[in-house]
Amino acid sequence: MQWETVIGLEVHVQLATRSKIFSGASTAFGAEPNTQACAVDLGLPGVLPVLNEQAVAMAVQFGLGIHAEIPELSVFDRKNYFYPDLPKGYQTSQMYEPIVGPGEVEILLDDGESKRIRVHHAHLEEDAGKSLHEDFHGMTGIDLNRAGTPLLEIVSEPDMRSAKEAAAYLKAIHSIVTYLGISDGNMAEGSMRCDVNVSVRPKGQDAFGTRAEIKNVNSFRFVERAIEFEVERQIELLEDGGTVVQETRLYDPEADETRSMRTKEEANDYRYFPCPDLLPVVLDQAYVDHLRGQLPELPAAKRERFQSELGLSAYDAGVLSASRAMAEYFERVHAVCGDAKQAANWVQGELSGALNREGLAIVDSPVSADQLGGLVARVKDDTINGKAAKQVFQALWHGEGDSADAIIEAKGLKQVTDTGAIEAMIDQVIADSPAQVAQYRDAEPDKRGKMIGYFVGQVMKASRGTANPQQVNALLKEKLDALC
Amino acid sequence: MHDQTLTGLAAALAAGEFSSRELTEHLLARIERHDGALNSFITVTGEQALAAADAADAARARGEAGPLTGLPLALKDIFCTRGVKTSCGSRMLDNFDAPYDASVVEKLAAAGTLSLGKTNMDEFAMGSSNENSFYGAVKNPWDLGAVPGGSSGGSAAAVAAGLVPAALGTDTGGSIRQPAAFCGITGLKPTYGRVSRYGMIAYASSLDQAGPMARTAEDCAHLLGAIAGHDLRDSTSVARGVPDYTEGLEAPLSGLKIGLPREYFGDGLSAEVERAVREAIRVYESLGATVREVSLPHTHYAIPAYYVIAPAEASSNLSRFDGVRFGHRCENPTDLIDLYKRSRGEGFGEEVKRRILIGTHTLSEGFFDAYYKQAQKVRRLIRQDFLDAFEEVDVLMGPASPTPAFDLGANKDPVSMYLQDIYTIAVNLAGIPGISVPAGFAGGRPVGLQILGTHFAEAQLLNVAHQFQQATDWHLRRPDLAEETA
Repeated sequence: MQWETVIGLEVHVQLATRSKIFSGASTAFGAEPNTQACAVDLGLPGVLPVLNEQAVAMAVQFGLGIHAEIPELSVFDRKNYFYPDLPKGYQTSQMYEPIVGPGEVEILLDDGESKRIRVHHAHLEEDAGKSLHEDFHGMTGIDLNRAGTPLLEIVSEPDMRSAKEAAAYLKAIHSIVTYLGISDGNMAEGSMRCDVNVSVRPKGQDAFGTRAEIKNVNSFRFVERAIEFEVERQIELLEDGGTVVQETRLYDPEADETRSMRTKEEANDYRYFPCPDLLPVVLDQAYVDHLRGQLPELPAAKRERFQSELGLSAYDAGVLSASRAMAEYFERVHAVCGDAKQAANWVQGELSGALNREGLAIVDSPVSADQLGGLVARVKDDTINGKAAKQVFQALWHGEGDSADAIIEAKGLKQVTDTGAIEAMIDQVIADSPAQVAQYRDAEPDKRGKMIGYFVGQVMKASRGTANPQQVNALLKEKLDALC
Repeated sequence: MHDQTLTGLAAALAAGEFSSRELTEHLLARIERHDGALNSFITVTGEQALAAADAADAARARGEAGPLTGLPLALKDIFCTRGVKTSCGSRMLDNFDAPYDASVVEKLAAAGTLSLGKTNMDEFAMGSSNENSFYGAVKNPWDLGAVPGGSSGGSAAAVAAGLVPAALGTDTGGSIRQPAAFCGITGLKPTYGRVSRYGMIAYASSLDQAGPMARTAEDCAHLLGAIAGHDLRDSTSVARGVPDYTEGLEAPLSGLKIGLPREYFGDGLSAEVERAVREAIRVYESLGATVREVSLPHTHYAIPAYYVIAPAEASSNLSRFDGVRFGHRCENPTDLIDLYKRSRGEGFGEEVKRRILIGTHTLSEGFFDAYYKQAQKVRRLIRQDFLDAFEEVDVLMGPASPTPAFDLGANKDPVSMYLQDIYTIAVNLAGIPGISVPAGFAGGRPVGLQILGTHFAEAQLLNVAHQFQQATDWHLRRPDLAEETA
């Protein structure tokens, strides 16, 4: 039987507010346990939450970024359950009236096609603390630094049909939130994590199969692998005549498998009800419009513009718009050098290669966009040739000069385009290579093309790489053929 | 000294008749002498009180005294007080010294008042008799065989007994007004949102409100002025200016339109209480007010709606008492579930457990719509009843409680206890203010007249109550403690 996979994602994005969603405590990552938890975060008797306006603004910006409806009114609810790292015995979340209504996210597939994934809604909530099971000898330690960190939970419709689509969706969300600057998107630190709902059904069937929810997956790669494992598990189960149970599962990256955590029967009744300590959030149109006016150009729009205005390929436009940092870098290089295609080639080629080798993010690049733009400009106006340009790039990378021009000057890499000078070097090489000249002369005319390489190399060497290769080629051919 | 009103004491302190230290020592001595029998305090903070009294006297000597400087008060043990046990009447918090001050505690300190201690209360403010305290029942100073009412029974008894001139209480369904009525003092529940709830241990967040309990409306006006106002730490507190509540106290009542809700004078109302209340209303007529009957048609839904909403919120609010971070923790838990079950099982009393169970049930899947949502609809209707009535009249009047203080142990059945709050509970559901003033006696026990106004009509309520107290002397009557507790 042919099976179809159906996937929906709940993505939790940690918002980059300075303080927590309901208290003034800091949200900075990595502090000593329980040093960033105030009376409100500890859930002390008598404390009350006060909503962080920045978190609201960020949620609305996200909503605008996915073309979602922004309801005028949203309400916080309490999700009640007991857990040691949940200080109040409930999580303040939004169950019934979320801050962001239905929207959509465009994803790019490998075949270059794009697909729209519908977002059901996105809501604000507070994170819980952490239970620490190591180092406490038969006991559990609780760190409440993370308690109260603002999260935006983005719930998709079950619109994805493969692990690749799910990963592409997650990347698109990552790209949008980092473009907006509402999250650092740091998955290793848990700034983005997701719950994956997976089911399979016979191809052509309308009804959904029974789904499993894989909790807390925290990397693009794990999302793909967890889904692939889970799909295979479910199909095998069904083909063996079994049934899929609705349950919560955990993905174990070490074993590369998902394991059952709890079944539906064991599921909690969270007893949601509106939080009486918080007023409904009322967003007037002027406020929403104000935020709309501040939105940066988002990845989809940028990608489109890179193709239509700058003439980049769909692939290049996709890569260069994937992150805000990448896009900003590219756009600066382009602004300085004035050649989009060359800028794109350098950013994706030499620069990305060097960054990958060193494991650096583009924001940490030792070569600034202005420097790279200056370098590309010199290639474009033929001041240096491609070979010299790579030398200049290396020099910039290692901090050997402030600008491409300074390095070209210092290293004497300026391309020689003076025909007279090049002819002189050619004459010298011909004079120094009688044997090679003789071979050339004796060769069949159609073999001579290959043999000219030797002479080009010698001339380039003589010019220390500064001769214009096209000119060298043309003049050499002229002179050698004249000898034949 | 201890028979004076807060206003009188303020004048005496200002005139140098005695110092704040002398007053404080006198009251601490009275607590020492009488509270063994009354049990109105859970914690007496004598040392801190004397230090604060000295500081107040020093401030006065420097000419820096405000109107409330050096006045001793007591705080219901529901308000967090830094470094002082804040038990909420529960074993659960018997070991809890709050690490911070509630907003109202800060405000009272900033106004120069000092606290003699923390008063007894029904556990987590759940009760109408003060018999639900881990620290034992409070006795009514008028009759040690009677309850003082609840849940702010300790505050009411302490004021009535002259152990303290005024105290703070909280009112979720009548917990200021009913004990004020039972103990023959004046107690004001402000509009929801008028006073910050920050640092007040939550019972039912959408209903809880702190307010003053004192001898007179004038005293309540002084205290309300000190504690009211917007608080950035409480999103439900209202950003609205605080008037000088003492300013309009003397305004004459001629032309005042009083409504008597038909539903507040029906079955279950004691004849003696009704007689006292109707007598009080005749006093108002003599002051120039006109009286008419009005209807609050959804009144009989108030208790059922309250006993869905309040326990629902309570079940969630009390989840934080889990034995993990503070409060009672059972001995040697075997695992997490055992820790939860025994810590909560041992820490909470019977009524608290009952309400947690009710609330958990009404919020459960399949019951939420039938109970909680329905109760919220009823709540809107009840609120509308009051708003409609206030289109017709200025204030509503009726009894604060269907009976005077009942005997200790008389109401064993929870439902009959819940019915005690029949005239007070709807007020919390509607969020409007209400005040109870002494209006006579029934069988030797005080009767309270309840006066209700529309949202933020505290100044009017205080004026209406004050004028009554200018025309009557019920609020000046004192129980004879010497005879009963010597």
